Amino acid sequence: MAAVAESDLPVASRRRRPFTRQRVGRAIAPYALMAPALLVLGVVLAYPLYKLVQMSFQKYGLSELIRHKGTWVGTANYSQILHDGEFWHVVLRTVLFTVAAVGLTMVLGTAIALLLLQVSKWMQIALTTGLVLVWSVPVIVAVDIWRWMIDYEFGVANWTLTKLHLGDFSRYDWFANPWTGFGVLTALVVWGAIPFVSITVYAGLAQVPKELLEAAAIDGARPWNTFREVTMPLLKPIFVILASLSIIWDFQVFQQLWIFLDGRPSPDYYTMAIYAFQKSFVIGEYGLGAAIAVVMVLLMFGATLVYLRQMLRTGEVH
Amino acid sequence: MSSQVAPTPVAPVSLPAPRRRRFRRAGWDLLGLVVLVVMVFPIYWMVATAFKPGHDILSYKPIWFPTHPTLSNFKDAINQAFFWNAVKNSLIVVVVVVALSLVLAFLASLALAKFRFYGRKSFITLILGVQMVPLTALIIPLYILMSRAGDVKGVDHVLGVDKLSGVIVMYLTFVLPFTVWTLRGFLLGVPQELEEAAMVDGTTRFGAFVRILLPLLGPGLVATSIFAFIQAWNEFIIAYVFLHTPEKQTLMVWLASFTTLRGTDWGPLMAGATLCPCPSSCSSCSSSGGSRSG
Repeated sequence: MAAVAESDLPVASRRRRPFTRQRVGRAIAPYALMAPALLVLGVVLAYPLYKLVQMSFQKYGLSELIRHKGTWVGTANYSQILHDGEFWHVVLRTVLFTVAAVGLTMVLGTAIALLLLQVSKWMQIALTTGLVLVWSVPVIVAVDIWRWMIDYEFGVANWTLTKLHLGDFSRYDWFANPWTGFGVLTALVVWGAIPFVSITVYAGLAQVPKELLEAAAIDGARPWNTFREVTMPLLKPIFVILASLSIIWDFQVFQQLWIFLDGRPSPDYYTMAIYAFQKSFVIGEYGLGAAIAVVMVLLMFGATLVYLRQMLRTGEVH
Repeated sequence: MSSQVAPTPVAPVSLPAPRRRRFRRAGWDLLGLVVLVVMVFPIYWMVATAFKPGHDILSYKPIWFPTHPTLSNFKDAINQAFFWNAVKNSLIVVVVVVALSLVLAFLASLALAKFRFYGRKSFITLILGVQMVPLTALIIPLYILMSRAGDVKGVDHVLGVDKLSGVIVMYLTFVLPFTVWTLRGFLLGVPQELEEAAMVDGTTRFGAFVRILLPLLGPGLVATSIFAFIQAWNEFIIAYVFLHTPEKQTLMVWLASFTTLRGTDWGPLMAGATLCPCPSSCSSCSSSGGSRSG
């Protein structure tokens, strides 16, 4: 590899110099510094990724696991899942959940960020502290809390909803029906995701020049129009990044579902990550699971293409 | 939009402007309070339940405050099998992962921030790209590779299924790219001129590095290690799939199995849940205090 070592030294010293040892050292230095990290990433990331794609073209069951060798079957795994009616239900369910969760997270997160601009100082501090507190709760802990809150017998949610005369919720089992089950799940995921979105958007809002907002107000723009015509375009990069990250996180939802349903989710609750996990670790069809995982990764890349392009085009990569 | 400048809106109410503003602000504050209560309530409910005696927890009408606080739930949680094992395992895994990734990432981010070289841009793209690969997809090949490595003599001391060291290596898949990315950002924030000035004043490149760069980078290193700590501490899937023996499980797996074994024993469960995030919150609190003073 021809290394172009462009030193950061002052310009005066950057004359054409003989091929000294020091110069060679400077050319090699960055590669030497990166080598350990690259090696580790190659072993723990690149090779497993290659293996994932390879396995998706193989029959890899329990006997292959013992022999440490899969049997090449071409695109059989892919045609099997693509012709499987259940797979398309799973994809649809995952997409619906992602759209609902990401939409709610973005709208509510932005609303709270805007609210943070309006409230008084002490409220701002209290609200930000509360958000950070929610942010710091590990997912597993959050799932346990929500399980307890919606407990069918002694849960605080059922009691409150009954008292509010929204219907009779005593002994109501939220997970008996997949729609209400996914409702609870969405609430849990959105609750955990709001702090990150709110705090990031709030930081972005603080950078919007006051003059622009004042100018819009002088021109008679209503608050909503100011937000749409001035604030939104300025914050667009932040929104794109936040939405893409949320898509990535919500599309691969696994832990919340898995623990909520005691590690035995019924097929009504399969999302793509659960489906891939189920096929590989419960049924033992690792090749099939790998194919599902590859499709999942491709769908996610497709959904976040805007983000990737923006990242590569704008100043992020320098 | 409109070609003519609209006149400044005339206040339709007779209240003086400052007072009206004060009323509006109070309204926003009230809304803020509602949002705060809704967001924080689940955490409050966990802590409140953890301090309540059993008959207060299992009551049809919720008891909003722990009027008879007790520590028995915490005692139950700590006396639960393998609690201290889980704490120890979690600490081992997290500390080693953070130390390893900090060293590796520091070297790599130094190259990325301070040198221009062939392949630099593609490496940065790679670091960003791999953060998008879901762990749930990677876990299948990782399991196959780990079970194979466990059968190879020599390698089987470190890698393999049901080994803490194997989990440590796998945690680098998500902690390392993130750490490289964050540290590079902090390194770019240190002005190049400071180092150059030190070198003009006669320090060597290494001397400038130790005396100028490292002290300035201190808060960045602390912040990065906290992020890495929290990520590793909260991880569940890898630990759940790879650590089968109860003695080897991490705290998150312990908490999850606690749930399935004694599903309805909410008091000790909430006490355990209250204890689980403690080290990570403590580390972030103490270091945020430390970095402010430093």
